[in-house]
Amino acid sequence: MCLAIPGKIIEVPVEGATQATVEVVGVRRKVDLGLLTENMPVLGDWVLIHVGFAMSKISEQDALDQMNTLRMLGEAEQAMEEVRGYGVEQE
Amino acid sequence: MKFVDEFRDAGVINKTADEIRRLADPARHYRFMEVCGGHTHAIYRFGLKDILPDNIELIHGPGCPVCVLPMGRIDDGLALAKDPAVIFTAFGDMMRVPGTQGSPLEHKARGMDVRIVYSPSDALKLARLNPDRHVMFFAIGFETTAPSTALTLLRAKTEGIHNFSVFCNHVTIIPAIRAILDSPDMRLDAFIGPGHVSTVIGCRPYEWIAKDEHKPIAVSGFEPLDILQAIVMVLRQMKAGEAKVENQYKRVVPWEGNRAALRAMGEVFQLRPYFEWRGLGFISQSALRIRDSFAEWDSEQRFQVPGVRVTDPKAAQCGEVLKGVLKPAQCKLFGKECTPEHPTGALMVSSEGSCAAYYNYEHRKATVASLSWPA
Repeated sequence: MCLAIPGKIIEVPVEGATQATVEVVGVRRKVDLGLLTENMPVLGDWVLIHVGFAMSKISEQDALDQMNTLRMLGEAEQAMEEVRGYGVEQE
Repeated sequence: MKFVDEFRDAGVINKTADEIRRLADPARHYRFMEVCGGHTHAIYRFGLKDILPDNIELIHGPGCPVCVLPMGRIDDGLALAKDPAVIFTAFGDMMRVPGTQGSPLEHKARGMDVRIVYSPSDALKLARLNPDRHVMFFAIGFETTAPSTALTLLRAKTEGIHNFSVFCNHVTIIPAIRAILDSPDMRLDAFIGPGHVSTVIGCRPYEWIAKDEHKPIAVSGFEPLDILQAIVMVLRQMKAGEAKVENQYKRVVPWEGNRAALRAMGEVFQLRPYFEWRGLGFISQSALRIRDSFAEWDSEQRFQVPGVRVTDPKAAQCGEVLKGVLKPAQCKLFGKECTPEHPTGALMVSSEGSCAAYYNYEHRKATVASLSWPA
């Protein structure tokens, strides 16, 4: 639950909404940008995702390092399982 | 230490370890608490203990939300879900956590509609998809997770989704640190501050630890180098006779935190007068409840909650381990009545709990070594 997963914004929210499409190691899911309204990410930005919500913007290098850290913590699989699990209609 | 070569900064890690050895006074013993369960997990996983001098002891703090949740709260949540109209939702971490009548997963096996969600917004989505059922989200977590629950509740209200409620167990980290510092048997010298909690609350809420308690604190990231650099920061402060808040994790943690997240939390939650923490007892103003303006979406205000209280066995010494008075293996129950498979005490419940981490990485290793044939 304490995982912070790096993802790249590949589709920004439609006007008035906060759901963006992110890509995490090839997996595409919707995440909520509602907690970043003061510093809204744009297309191509990297964010740290926690329980389906983007928590902060990070650099691409930090995103790659974070994925590496998850892998070495033995949590990369768990992180991908979480990302794949976002969105109940996909179950 | 493990994995050193896999890091782009392996050389820097070794240099930082040298710096730690240079800064640490061999004549004294240092006790640093890493507050966050994620740090505890990383410290064991990366074998950081092996790289640190023997006189630097890392004490594992209260920052594992699954561990500190009283068993009675799990019983309460599951009691509400006995109604067949209810769908009980929670994060995967909660599913194996035992209540007195079994874990959520065991309740599922007995026929309860229990579902894993990976986001609170997915619990709300389930409510939209099942208008004839009531979806309850069993919320846990510190300030990292609470804003997501808050935003989900704001959405439920705006969209007028009435078959959804949250059983709120969100806790706040600062009062737990205060409770540990107030304890008469406290022996800590400095803190490694939590990384992801601080992305939300920022660094300012820790200032009293430096100013009033004169303990250095460095907010840290989760890579081995991050944790080692945070240790350098607090050692430097101690050597200079200073106590201040430093931010090692600047690349993710803004000093002021995340204002949008804090605003959402403030709108939806208020502090409870007190809340029980497993292993630490009742701590005042240490948890969040849902405001009356969201009463309709608060499981506790909407339904009759039994209010179960389950006391941990007296022999379990979780409190002493949390305060750093005892090491995990010094507890009478460790590895005997209390194991990750059958946890008796709080800190064995999740892999981020200090006893479970110690058991998985140190105890198993020692057991395997003692069982191997002599060469």
